[in-house]
Amino acid sequence: MRVLAVVARQTFRRMTAYRGATAAGLFTNTVFGFLLAYVLLAVYRERPDVGSFDATDAVTFTFVAQSLIMVVGLFGDSELPERIRTGDVVTDLFRPVDLQAWLLAVAYGKAAFYVIFRAILPFALGAAVFDLRMPAPALWPWFVASVVAAVAVAFGWRFLLALSAFWLLDDRGVSGLGLMAALFLSGLFVPVVFFPDWLETLARALPFASMLQVPAEVFLGKHLGADAARIVGLQVAWALGLAAVGRVVLARAVRRVVVQGG
Amino acid sequence: MADAGADTRHEARVQLGIYLRLLAARIRSDWQYRTSFVLLLLTQTLVAGLDLAVIAVLFGRIDALAGWSALEVGLLYGIGGVAFALADLFASQVEYVAKHIKAGTFDRFLLRPMSPLLQLSADQFALRRSGRLVQPGVVLVIALAGAGIHWTPARFFLVPVAVASGTAVFSAIWVLTSSISFWTVETQEFGNAFTYGGNHLTQYPIDVLGPWLRRLVTFVVPLAFVAYFPAAYLLDKPDPLGAPVETALAAPVVAAILVLAARAVWLTAVRHYRSTGS
Repeated sequence: MRVLAVVARQTFRRMTAYRGATAAGLFTNTVFGFLLAYVLLAVYRERPDVGSFDATDAVTFTFVAQSLIMVVGLFGDSELPERIRTGDVVTDLFRPVDLQAWLLAVAYGKAAFYVIFRAILPFALGAAVFDLRMPAPALWPWFVASVVAAVAVAFGWRFLLALSAFWLLDDRGVSGLGLMAALFLSGLFVPVVFFPDWLETLARALPFASMLQVPAEVFLGKHLGADAARIVGLQVAWALGLAAVGRVVLARAVRRVVVQGG
Repeated sequence: MADAGADTRHEARVQLGIYLRLLAARIRSDWQYRTSFVLLLLTQTLVAGLDLAVIAVLFGRIDALAGWSALEVGLLYGIGGVAFALADLFASQVEYVAKHIKAGTFDRFLLRPMSPLLQLSADQFALRRSGRLVQPGVVLVIALAGAGIHWTPARFFLVPVAVASGTAVFSAIWVLTSSISFWTVETQEFGNAFTYGGNHLTQYPIDVLGPWLRRLVTFVVPLAFVAYFPAAYLLDKPDPLGAPVETALAAPVVAAILVLAARAVWLTAVRHYRSTGS
């Protein structure tokens, strides 16, 4: 456990080295937040509400989503597949720390960095221009729990996609499709409540809504009291379920490893 | 003078010849990994479809967006998407200049007797990116046929001119934002706001934007000339802020100005280049 805490802390420190990249990313998240917010506002000029969302909900959702993309890690990570392709993963498997736990610690280290340096500013800039909704003080613990769970759910999905490289060597096709499904069905571009009923049901029945839509809904106060506990519990269940599948797949993958080269 | 002109033309022909041979070599090498190539092509096609899915979801809830019907927005998506895909296929590779500067390998590009831009484009050329053309291309044809355009010769000719101008605008933006890499190599994502963000923006009528953002995309980063003004001209749609529909005819001029600006910035940036020496 101590090792994992150190891994997370060192990941955080490693991230602080890339200041220019952080600034550029902040700019991009903010620009996309504004674009999507204006498009959604145009929708609300045609009708007063969509599903359970009014215009303020939708615009707030957009900025929460843009702030959380990096925190949750929706865009995926090419590091592990690359290490599998080159065979460097063998070194990772030799370490006296579990590979899956190690990478999850890295994900949480990054998440902590992104909360401070990539999440607050785009939301604040959105709030400066648009009318955004802030959660009641009692909701914050639920929101934090929901984001913590979302990081693990998204990690579980990414990890599975990356493991496909053990079988395919070139995971880019599969990973590309898997990440695209996650980006769209998590509600990043349009909130899930805008979807046609069948697609909304699908997004909520799969782990994708747990990655972004659910934390944003908790932020907006759509889940209160027992309902908040239920929805965060569902996220935790997804995180554990994906982690369990990841373990099984990893165990099978390791048996396939052939060390190439000399 | 006449000889110098002939020399330049000859030189351009030689460079183009080499460029096409390099592209052919890249395509042959990609074709060695057929399954991977087909899967990646499919992924690219679906990626372009994500934006279409967003538009479809929105129009599942409304009949018109800022006065534009689904087919009319499809026209915007088609023109902007095809232009973006062409720029992505041929010009987006300029992004890799950051990697070469970091590794010190950009020196090679300067030593060879060919434009570094063409070399970069050929070096990372990937035919799978053409998958991005499919969906906007199909939607463009459907929208052109079904959006109720009253065809005149001028409107007919505007379609290819608008696509070509849009491609030039996106390519120029790619070159401009990649030029920053010569000063700082880690700000690549900054360019994404203008390229991918720009592509997203061209898919919607710019009336949805706030007044200051609207001015920005008309006069500063001229994305409004990629799809919005051409589509307004094709549909004879009056602009809510009073710009005449003929504004669209300025698209090639705007694109040319942007390309010249990008060229000037790129040449200055290359002159600024100092190798890491590693």
